[in-house]
Amino acid sequence: MEIQRAAALELTREQSLGLLRSMLLIRYSEEQLVKCYARGEIPGGMHTYIGEEAVAAGVCAHLRNDDAVFSTHRGHGHAIAKGMKPERLIAEVLGKATGCCQGRGGSMHLFEPEVGFYGTSGIVAPSILLASGAAYKFKLEGSDRVGVSFFGDGASNNGAFHEGLNMAAAWQLPVLFVCENNMYATEVAFAYASRSTSVASRACGYNLPGVEVDGNDVLAVYQAAGEAIQNARRGNGPTLLECHTYRTRAHAEGMRDAGYRTQEEIDSWKARDPIRLYKENLLRGGIVASGEIEALEAELLKIAEEATQFARQSPMPDPSTVALHVFAES
Amino acid sequence: MREMTYTDAAREGLAEEMALNPLIFVVGEGIGPRGGNFNTTLGLYDLYGEMRLRDTPISERGFSTICTGAAVLGARPVVDFMFLDFELDALGDIINQTTRIRWMSNGRLKAPVVFRGGVGIASTGPHHSSNLFSIFMHLPGMRVVTPVFPADAKGLLKTALRNEDPVMFLEHKKLLKTKGEVPESEYFTPFGKANIVRSGKDVSVVAISYMVIKALKAAQTLEKEGISVEVIDPRTLSPLDTDTILESVSRTHRLLIVDEDFSPCGAGAEITAQVMERGFYELDAPVRRVNGVFAPAPYSPPLEAAVVPNETSIAQALRDLSAE
Repeated sequence: MEIQRAAALELTREQSLGLLRSMLLIRYSEEQLVKCYARGEIPGGMHTYIGEEAVAAGVCAHLRNDDAVFSTHRGHGHAIAKGMKPERLIAEVLGKATGCCQGRGGSMHLFEPEVGFYGTSGIVAPSILLASGAAYKFKLEGSDRVGVSFFGDGASNNGAFHEGLNMAAAWQLPVLFVCENNMYATEVAFAYASRSTSVASRACGYNLPGVEVDGNDVLAVYQAAGEAIQNARRGNGPTLLECHTYRTRAHAEGMRDAGYRTQEEIDSWKARDPIRLYKENLLRGGIVASGEIEALEAELLKIAEEATQFARQSPMPDPSTVALHVFAES
Repeated sequence: MREMTYTDAAREGLAEEMALNPLIFVVGEGIGPRGGNFNTTLGLYDLYGEMRLRDTPISERGFSTICTGAAVLGARPVVDFMFLDFELDALGDIINQTTRIRWMSNGRLKAPVVFRGGVGIASTGPHHSSNLFSIFMHLPGMRVVTPVFPADAKGLLKTALRNEDPVMFLEHKKLLKTKGEVPESEYFTPFGKANIVRSGKDVSVVAISYMVIKALKAAQTLEKEGISVEVIDPRTLSPLDTDTILESVSRTHRLLIVDEDFSPCGAGAEITAQVMERGFYELDAPVRRVNGVFAPAPYSPPLEAAVVPNETSIAQALRDLSAE
């Protein structure tokens, strides 16, 4: 069945492995960051993406360097999936001069425009509008580039969601709205914050397609995102793609992860870990042998470990640079 | 030289730049076929169509941040708020995203959006009269432009459209229909260059936006009384041309700042502090300020008259300062 699914998606073996590679690189990089945090090496806060990797991997596999991704406070995964090098991410979170922004922003302020990653944000929801704006520019220039916004269920209750989806639909902008519904906005349950049960169903209010998928199934994300992005490239306007997923760690590292969800719920989602599910699928489908997966895991773990060493050994930023780039001429 | 209204001159500047740069587009409520509530885009829709003159829903935060995203990808958006008060719904993203993305990205991205709108008290009541100058001056990364004369409305808007930073372009509603000379040949009015609109030797006045007109009237009155008043229009509040102000103070040794906006933490407070820091020993008297009353803008004419500085109150402040 998995062979059939991969074939139906016209995935080559290389592409199938590429999805795994992307998810593993995110996971291993973040596991390194978790260790760094525990060792007191990270000066500020950090929100991990662990458990949600299938969404970033499945969406970004369709994107080019000239497309534009805008992301969230929980954006390490989007950055890596879009092509940021792990050492640039880890060094940034450690506040080092070799970070993607030389330690200016840390975990929540990652930018790598050279690979089409136009940034994460410490404020929830503006990615919806910024990606729509990128799409406006792409439409203005008459290209087939697309804007992609990642955001959470929390952002779907912000005014930016309403204004952005309404205008993107009205103006038929080439943008994909990817809602990662991990059920909690910080620690407030979506089921408590909203009377509606799905984010995708809100799309009908704006007359754009709303699609709901299992966000822990990377092939499901890949397929739905592929169709939506093709539609956008062909001038058929935006799509809202809701991916049901779950963060298995606390909202932010070091925060008390209790009082709002049960251990049973966490365990049930850990049992559906997107990387494990996909590895099982690849093996069951005979697409790869287990030895190949182990070799890939060893290779990517080494990359993440070396990236961490690089970040640790990197210098801190020069304080005299702090007021550079406030204005164009500074 | 030909005469034009302030709005027509600004629109001519916008039209010239739109003809040259296909990545300039304008968004706002009624700026499409209708040509803008204040005629800011009159006739441009027929030339450039809806992608470049986009009528919007009433979603100020939404379309402002959409323009920021477009600017980050290389477009040159103009957000026409009509009344600048409406921008307050968008200010969170403007501060957190628009003004900071250059710095956050370590200089690799830019967001040169021109935000324009009518400011000032003009029988417009508490929700259509804000000036907000110092709020914008307080933002690292933001340029703040306050044209007073038609020629500057055009020249500063053209500069804004080629500048690489976000710009607040603040057009006082009482200036929109005023007329003035506007050169026919192409020109740009630089940012950070104050204009000494009237030379004098006894006292300097820095007046902001429409208050330049009032200060000039007060200066005429004082001339008859034997007090020679120099009037400075800073033209841009960020960058602020403190050098020109200090040079004037070094000749007159007295400074009055006139601002319709509020006094606490206002533009005048900043100018005063800078003059004190760099020109304290040039001063023969304390720097004085005349501001709008620290209250929401009223509607009824007698209430409004009680709030806004006028030539009488400015003239009296000048007399008092000259006697100090």
